[in-house]
Amino acid sequence: MTDTDQTAPALVDVTLRVNGVEHTRTVEPRRLLSDFLRHDLRLTGTHVGCEHGVCGACTVLVDGDPMRSCLMFAVSAQEHELTTVEGLGTQEAMGPVQQAFVECHGLQCGFCTPGFVTTISAFIEENPDPTLEEAREAISGNLCRCTGYQNICKAVVRAAEIRRERSTSSTEAGERA
Amino acid sequence: MKPAPFVHHSPRTLDEAVAVLGDVGHDGKVLAGGQSLIPVLNMRLAQPAHLVDINRVAGLDTVTVTDTSVRVGAIVRHAQLEKHDGAYAVLPLLRQALRNVAHPAIRNRGTTVGSIAHADAAGEMPSIAVLTDAVIEAIGPRGRREIAAREFFEGPLQTLLEADEILEAVRFGRFAPGTRTAFLESARRHGDYALAGLGVAVDVEGDGPDAVVRGARAAYVSVTDIPVVLDLSEAVAGQRVSSASWDGVEELVQAGIAPEADIHASSDYRRALAVELTRRALTTAATTTEPATTTTEGHA
Ligand SMILES: Cc1cc2nc3c(=O)[nH]c(=O)nc-3n(C[C@H](O)[C@H](O)[C@H](O)COP(=O)(O)OP(=O)(O)OC[C@H]3O[C@@H](n4cnc5c(N)ncnc54)[C@H](O)[C@@H]3O)c2cc1C
Ligand code: FES
Ligand code: FES
Repeated sequence: MTDTDQTAPALVDVTLRVNGVEHTRTVEPRRLLSDFLRHDLRLTGTHVGCEHGVCGACTVLVDGDPMRSCLMFAVSAQEHELTTVEGLGTQEAMGPVQQAFVECHGLQCGFCTPGFVTTISAFIEENPDPTLEEAREAISGNLCRCTGYQNICKAVVRAAEIRRERSTSSTEAGERA
Repeated sequence: MKPAPFVHHSPRTLDEAVAVLGDVGHDGKVLAGGQSLIPVLNMRLAQPAHLVDINRVAGLDTVTVTDTSVRVGAIVRHAQLEKHDGAYAVLPLLRQALRNVAHPAIRNRGTTVGSIAHADAAGEMPSIAVLTDAVIEAIGPRGRREIAAREFFEGPLQTLLEADEILEAVRFGRFAPGTRTAFLESARRHGDYALAGLGVAVDVEGDGPDAVVRGARAAYVSVTDIPVVLDLSEAVAGQRVSSASWDGVEELVQAGIAPEADIHASSDYRRALAVELTRRALTTAATTTEPATTTTEGHA
């Protein structure tokens, strides 16, 4: 069957909750989640490298778990809580992973970075004090063509440290209050 | 690199899913985790007119531990099964193997049953299905049927499943008491498809360093067309776990595999790798401190 002998498939209304905000758009069912985020919502922080699951640049959090947005249709992502790199911090208030990437020089061109930031954010939630070896394994599903990975591994360990520092300082602040 | 248009069906019940797939037949495909299907669609290697998305079908997301099996529903993610303590306690081989399936982000979405339906010769879980004597539960317009995993795989990416049938669950069989298991593979990067790999089940009598090996079976990844069980017992029986030499297995392994060459490795290299991995996996299994599969009660 070719594209041309097919009647245009019905459009569907897709409602997604991204970084705590609900958005509805009318799209074709074949709309990939990555394209929905980038083209329909203009959330261009999520990058697209390969569209077959290998590079990891498009990784977003689905109910807190990292998944490839290029291997999911937007229609299937409804009823889930989605987090993209835009939801993990701002330039003024960076998340622990973003802060660690700056401190450790974890990026050069930055193309791969959003996928690392989402992946590592979920990883340090589950592994608050990882070793360098565990850090290496945690990022084994993401490709970077620039850095040689060493500084990204360091950034994983540093991000976990920042996260711990922030949570103790916020508990202390809580105790003082 | 975008999929061709399709009609998306999102049934809520299994009956509905069966009815829809029955209607669209050869023009339709089941969409589970999408971690194998969506790359195929993105690359336009397939252009099904209908996708029957089973992610919202009620009741397919459970792992059930019984006295004889671990039953895994069609929409249980690799990661969910990997982390399931009840399944690990009675069949540690599942977790041992699942850790080698792709990367965590893929395991968070891809399903174990889907990888068995997909039947990639480089997939870990089809091999685990045959090694555990799993039973495949299929449902379609003609009703339900059960297929032994050892008969299910016909060739790379080919199974006995009809186009209008859905896999409802896979029941991985539990081993006899005293069976120790391990899974080992070698890939260019952790999480990539393996150059070669295997799961082993070693029957051991006794405890401690004096325990004696009674037999062993193995099922391979990436070095056979379809997953088959290789009986290594004649080469290993009678050895003490602490001092076993596995030298006798080489001939059996060489006769049991038929690796093909590709850009990643030659056939000879895969042969050598499979033999060495077999030795190491046998050692790991024989001396494992992970739960022996003797436990009868699963705690969820
Ligand atoms: C980068 C990358 C690396 C990977 N590495 C590995 C690896 O090392 N080892 C490995 O084993 N896998 C690997 N995979 C594949 C992954 O394990 C998939 O999750 C799995 O193969 C298919 O499961 P799924 O739920 O995603 O199925 P889908 O992609 O949804 O479906 C795959 C096929 O099975 C059919 N199907 C699925 N479920 C059913 C059902 N219940 N009934 C009938 N038909 C069904 C579909 O119609 C389709 O033809 C990798 C994938 C990627 C993207
Ligand atoms: S774009 Fe999704 S993994 Fe590469
Ligand atoms: S920083 Fe350029 S690809 Fe990673």
